[in-house]
Amino acid sequence: MSTKIKINSQIFQDSNNVYYPKDEVEVSDLIRELYKKDSPTEIIGNNSKSFIGNKTQSANTTSLSKISGIIDYRPEELYIKVKACTPINEIEKILSENSQELAFEPIDFGYIKDGKSNKGTIAGYLSCNYAGSRRFKVGSVRDHVLGFKGVNGKGDIIKSGGTVVKNVTGYDLSKLIAGSFGTLVALTEITLKVLPKKDSSTTVAIYPNNFEQIYDLFNKLSSSSSEISGAVFIPEQSNDKDFSGKRNTVFKFNDLKSNVSFLAFRVEGDKISIEEKINNLKKELKLNNSDISTLDVYQSEPLWEKINNLEVFEKTKHNLIRMVIPPANGSKLCKYLENNHNYFVDWCGSLFWIEVNSKKEEKIKDLKKMANDFGGYLTVIKTSSGYDYGEPIFTVDKVRLMISEKVKQSFDPKRILNPGKMYRGV
Amino acid sequence: MTELALPKIDNSILNRKIEIVKKLSKLTDKENVLSEADELRPYETDALSVYTQTPLAVVLPENTDEVSEILKYCHSENIKVVPRGAGTGLSGGALPLQDAILLGLGKFNKILEIDYENKCVVTQPGVTNLGITHAVQNKGFYYAPDPSSQLACSIGGNVAENSGGVHSLKYGTTTNNILGVQMVMMDGTICRFGGKSFDQEGYDLMGLICGSEGLLGVVTEVTVKILKTPEVVRAALIGFPSIKEGGDAASEIISSGIVPAGMEIMDKALIEATDNFSKAGYPRDAELLLIVELDGTKSEVNELIRKVEVICKKNNCSSLKLSNSEKERLSFWAGRKAAFPACGAMAPDYYCMDGSIPRGKLAEALLEIKKLSEKYELPVANCFHAGDGNLHPLIMFDGNDKEQLRKTEEFGSEILKTCVRLGGVITGEHGVGIEKRELMCEMFNDNDIQQQLSIKKSLDEKNLLNPGKVYPILRKCAEEGRVHVHKNKDKFPDLPRF
Repeated sequence: MSTKIKINSQIFQDSNNVYYPKDEVEVSDLIRELYKKDSPTEIIGNNSKSFIGNKTQSANTTSLSKISGIIDYRPEELYIKVKACTPINEIEKILSENSQELAFEPIDFGYIKDGKSNKGTIAGYLSCNYAGSRRFKVGSVRDHVLGFKGVNGKGDIIKSGGTVVKNVTGYDLSKLIAGSFGTLVALTEITLKVLPKKDSSTTVAIYPNNFEQIYDLFNKLSSSSSEISGAVFIPEQSNDKDFSGKRNTVFKFNDLKSNVSFLAFRVEGDKISIEEKINNLKKELKLNNSDISTLDVYQSEPLWEKINNLEVFEKTKHNLIRMVIPPANGSKLCKYLENNHNYFVDWCGSLFWIEVNSKKEEKIKDLKKMANDFGGYLTVIKTSSGYDYGEPIFTVDKVRLMISEKVKQSFDPKRILNPGKMYRGV
Repeated sequence: MTELALPKIDNSILNRKIEIVKKLSKLTDKENVLSEADELRPYETDALSVYTQTPLAVVLPENTDEVSEILKYCHSENIKVVPRGAGTGLSGGALPLQDAILLGLGKFNKILEIDYENKCVVTQPGVTNLGITHAVQNKGFYYAPDPSSQLACSIGGNVAENSGGVHSLKYGTTTNNILGVQMVMMDGTICRFGGKSFDQEGYDLMGLICGSEGLLGVVTEVTVKILKTPEVVRAALIGFPSIKEGGDAASEIISSGIVPAGMEIMDKALIEATDNFSKAGYPRDAELLLIVELDGTKSEVNELIRKVEVICKKNNCSSLKLSNSEKERLSFWAGRKAAFPACGAMAPDYYCMDGSIPRGKLAEALLEIKKLSEKYELPVANCFHAGDGNLHPLIMFDGNDKEQLRKTEEFGSEILKTCVRLGGVITGEHGVGIEKRELMCEMFNDNDIQQQLSIKKSLDEKNLLNPGKVYPILRKCAEEGRVHVHKNKDKFPDLPRF
């Protein structure tokens, strides 16, 4: 740390000069002091996702990791209020004891980072707003946040929202905080909507021949009243032996042919309705004479965990792209990616995880253009060690950048919190 | 009569009316600009009709570029603008100001694109909520949020208010069901947030706009998500001998892991009022009526209905009827949907409140409302979206009696304070508007309000777009608390109230 800040209260600092405020008052005191001294700080939780986004140019680092613990959990009211840096594992454990869950399926980014599970904290999730496979059915992280408390860039403690689902009192700042990468407030408290966990899950895998067929199936699946809660396409990439080896190992299940391309969809609920929905879907998708595999709950659950952990890209040394587009353009994108990049498709055809080899970084520009042309966007989630940031890792147009600057200014006029983490000037 | 502070009137704007109307007539077809007294009258109020005000002029642009040109002009000339959708809002969000242009989006009434492949509809903001469902229902799709005014309210207004409806526990409110908006800022900048894909990257500006009550921009296009109509929908009509038993049953349904598509509660006063009005066949001996709607596949719904039946019987329900046909299901809803007109038939006026509370606090809230009803000597009937905790007490009064109107407003304000005390909020779906502005300080402290005002300032620096709404006129909550004391003297005598 280059700037030594003298603050009123005794906030713990470790040998690396990282501040560890232990409650919102300490966060407020610290940021107010940094504000006075025009001294920006990086905001981190337990560092599980801090590799995502641009590197911040800050003299200080503030870890909110000590602001942890469950404040109020009301299963019958379907909400849980926690301190911002409560680990996801802790939240999921207590919810599971009450047969509830975070329906947006938090992604475990630990696998792509260093090959180990590390789900990190709820503040980190909210700041990134990256939801797992169930997103197209239940919404993203932002759709499950009922309220928050935090400290803005002037050191003021602010709150928004509450504990109830229906609330239109004032601007919905919870939405704005979601996906803001810690550039607007340092979060101290978060209230989340929780939902009942489904009794069981079954996955059906299909082995389609071409991209048109895949997208026809995705379209039929998302048009069915027999609701599904996950649909992925995992292509075979025969030209990359290392990747196909890993792919075959990750998706090795008794009832799944993992060495060929497959589309898998998940149905959740009680056993009778799962059976009924799968039968309906088989008719609607005309699968009765097709080669399909049915994975029972003991295979279905780990399969979706592996998908949500991005395990096929475990410890990747290359660039990992997250691209979201309207599904109608998906088959075109698949054709472009085939034999060029390793990838898989989630969210019933909308979400693409694409690995861009570090030797082909110039291709990111092409992909970004395609994302824009298709009406979507991309983010470089993990960069290779030599990434030169020539192509910005987020997608933003001029008008939105201008508005983002104004919004940033209203929360953090001196750009104290995570400056540059998202965009230059924000 | 309580005071209603509005932004200071800019007389220089009033004096320039002729010039302003002339200029507006150049920015859009001159037929789209209304300035004569009889033309302005229909725009004097929205659905909170106790407050009326004649606007300087009404302008009804026909496309986004016209909206942009009008706003750019108003911005440069410091003319205030109040946007208006269908005018069905219940909190006075579209109440005109004497020195402001009323910008009506009524001519934006076309659906631009139905995209089944991407499961969305691109529409202009003046299309009604139900109009979207009508456009896609032949292919078995629908738009999920269903505010009770869905026949008349516009989708643009739904975005401004983040409207909900009876199905929002399972399907969310407007913010969870839109994918993108096109919006014009006060300085005329046209911007687009989101599109046809999920979760725009960066700041969720669409999420910020949704529910911002027309203070941050004028929405000129909305992309909504459409869903496939469920295979089976069934409802149960359940009577309970006490509020507590009915409230407990509703809580237990949720905590047992069931997420009903809709769950509504009506108290005895409303059961009687609606049954008299619509002959819905409700159990009149019940103290509380619960309607539970479940949707999904056939066996899924049957299983859920069975579970609901067990829970209600365990909580001593006095009657239980299950719908066995679509006709019967709709008849269960007939009374509930007639709740507002039924109250209208019982008294010259009714005042609909809109607080949210934690579900488990329902019995406590209803008891408190009963006490207040006795204190103010005004009858009240209650309906409650039990799925999402949204409470709508309907206070019945005679608007011609000024003392009753004053008492009604005070009663309403006490109900909302009770909601906050019980852990809830002052508005679940109607918005703050002009009606609950002063109550913002019950929920937010000075820091919270300052942060929100600071966002407003960053996007509308001159405070020209819908000023005087949502936030107390005076900045500091403490000051506002003092000013709010009734002095039996109207600060704005030019503002008639009925």
